[in-house]
Amino acid sequence: MKRKATILSGLLVGSLLLTACGGGGSAGGDSANAQRGPIKIWYANFEPEIKWAQQMIEAWNAEHPDQKITGQEVPAGKSSEEAVTAAIAAGNTPCLIFNGAQIATPDYQHMGGLVSLDSFPGAAEYIESRSGEKVAQQYKSPDGKYYQIPWKANPLMMFYNKDIFAKAGLDPDNPPLSTYQDFLSAARKVVAKGGAKYAIAPAPTNEFYQSFFDFYPLSVAESGGTLLVKDGKAQFNSDAGLQVANFWRTIYQEGLAPKDPVSTTTDPFAEGKVAIRSAGPWAISTYGKLHWGVVPVPTPNGMPANQTWTFADAKTISIYSSCKNRGTAWDVLKFATGEEQDGKFLEMTGEMPLRQGLPDKYPDYFAKNPSYMTFADQASRVAEVPFVPNSIGIWQTFRDAYVASVVFGKQDVTSAFDQAAQKVEQLAGEK
Amino acid sequence: MSPDTASITAGRLGDVAGKKQPPRPRRPVRRLLGQHPIGIAFVTPYTVFLAVLAAYPILLALWISFHDFFFTAPGVDVPKPFVGLDNYADVLSDPLVRRSFVNIAIFLAINVPLTTIAALALAAVLNAVLPLRGFFRTAYYLPYVTASVAVVAVWLWLFSRDGLVNTILGHLAPQPSWLVNETLVMPLIALYVTWKQLGFFVVLYLAALQNIPRQLYESAAVDGAGRLRIWWSITVPSVRPATTLVVVLATIWGANLFTEPYLLTGSGGPNGASMSPVLIMYQKGIQQGKPDFAAALGFVLVAAVLALSLLNRRLLERE
Repeated sequence: MKRKATILSGLLVGSLLLTACGGGGSAGGDSANAQRGPIKIWYANFEPEIKWAQQMIEAWNAEHPDQKITGQEVPAGKSSEEAVTAAIAAGNTPCLIFNGAQIATPDYQHMGGLVSLDSFPGAAEYIESRSGEKVAQQYKSPDGKYYQIPWKANPLMMFYNKDIFAKAGLDPDNPPLSTYQDFLSAARKVVAKGGAKYAIAPAPTNEFYQSFFDFYPLSVAESGGTLLVKDGKAQFNSDAGLQVANFWRTIYQEGLAPKDPVSTTTDPFAEGKVAIRSAGPWAISTYGKLHWGVVPVPTPNGMPANQTWTFADAKTISIYSSCKNRGTAWDVLKFATGEEQDGKFLEMTGEMPLRQGLPDKYPDYFAKNPSYMTFADQASRVAEVPFVPNSIGIWQTFRDAYVASVVFGKQDVTSAFDQAAQKVEQLAGEK
Repeated sequence: MSPDTASITAGRLGDVAGKKQPPRPRRPVRRLLGQHPIGIAFVTPYTVFLAVLAAYPILLALWISFHDFFFTAPGVDVPKPFVGLDNYADVLSDPLVRRSFVNIAIFLAINVPLTTIAALALAAVLNAVLPLRGFFRTAYYLPYVTASVAVVAVWLWLFSRDGLVNTILGHLAPQPSWLVNETLVMPLIALYVTWKQLGFFVVLYLAALQNIPRQLYESAAVDGAGRLRIWWSITVPSVRPATTLVVVLATIWGANLFTEPYLLTGSGGPNGASMSPVLIMYQKGIQQGKPDFAAALGFVLVAAVLALSLLNRRLLERE
């Protein structure tokens, strides 16, 4: 009997060892950076981006038959970040992913899943000359290296329904939405007279990323681009941050925004039930039939449009450490973010490549599509989420405090934000 | 019977028969693999399956819960020091974790009894001869096999502030509304889960009801027992093993609550009132890169569920 147990144990240990040995290693160093051959890439599951990626792959493969790209959408998961994290741990990431988010990059770097782009000659110069030094700096790791290239942005602005505004007696072409007072007064009118159920409907829920669409754009606009955390210190409990929070609190207190979770399968702005929503240029094609306008996010005292900052809602591209043919990966990365492919990306998706002087580079496109011009101009004044350790933990901590104090008014905003700031600074200080 | 016992027994039988024979030498392979070596071939795939997909992850999670651990790419060598009970201390001192256990207790207190009573009652009705019985059996099973995401969207529409339920209730609608009401949100989720899973438990009870001998009912009827007496003295005790299974499964599934607070109330809202331990495990372990905290929380949850399940069995299986 004991023998049988021993045999079975042997079988188990053997199978476990086989499992443990299953992960792949990664080639490292300069030799890997020079290696060329076929590579795999992933891109977002968003129809216009899929079409762009497919033509980009076709164009590359036609010129490089010995270094072919195989592309696919990011595998299904609750989020792209979850799928990528699992792939890094398993060692089966592709060479490039065209859907990175700065919020997850510190974790990927911490896991050893990314290749420093500075290890390729001229990489830093390439990134900074393409996006502009000020924008590019936001994507740099605290260790001074680039692990991602800022690729494209969806600058957050305020879309509004012109029909509802006109019905409420507000000027639909020059809506009074630049100061907090104007915004609140307009919000009250569209609900009282405009037939809108709510003035605005940001998700009132606790998902960490929801603050990108309510608090954060207004916060960076108010502070001229200051991030949530700077040099390890929380910024959201400053006067500017508290002013933004109290603005949103008023909106919830007066019932101008719903506190109920909204189904992700419906869009109340598209249905004409909500008068205003924050969104990026991707929404232009979605709201094609709606009579809409777009303005910068409000600030306490109003600010000229050409000086107003907002949240970038950007995506980045990284080279992953399981990639063997890193030389090809770097070449493809430059090819896909070159002037020609950036132009095609703009044309096919309406999203803004993070390239400086966008309106001058593609004048024909903006002449044909003037509605995108506002976003192109805004793209030069965008703030990303800060590149800090425990980034998602920090945003979750902030979101929990925000929902408790701003949405549900369960706690005083100042004390909730101060408590959250302590936790956030502790998280930002962890290695 | 072990091989050794078998040979001793064989020897004694030989003595009894009066033909004392030397014990037959056994081949080493037979001695290693037993009387029926083919049996090992049958059990090996499932044993390997369990070892790789259950035992190994459980042991790894236990190891992770005692270390400062985070996931890394293969080949990345970083120190993962032993931290003793630090992760468990972090878990137990986290106010949101404590809140999530209270939430789950509220959930189980409503969901488990409601599931058990409703499933048994419905199974009894569906077991009786009634028109369209097949249709009703399918209808009650349908929510169980429908994708949660789709069903949650319907419940969001029903129970939002301007939803159908509040429209019907008019002035009686609760303030704040269902999904943002800290008092009502867990009972509502418990009700939702009961409704969604009821079909499965009805099937368990139906199988148990169909195994009760008819003679018992006939004898009781002859003895003059009324419907209620028959129900209480024959039906309920006869399905007791199924009741134990229903209670234990409902407790385990309920303790693993995830989809509803994730989708229905937007990550455990309002203000943590529907937060569940498994949702925190997901947030910490997967989203925030803290698998050590998540693993420790997982084992605290396992211990709690195990204790509750043992208590349930003790109470339900006693004579």
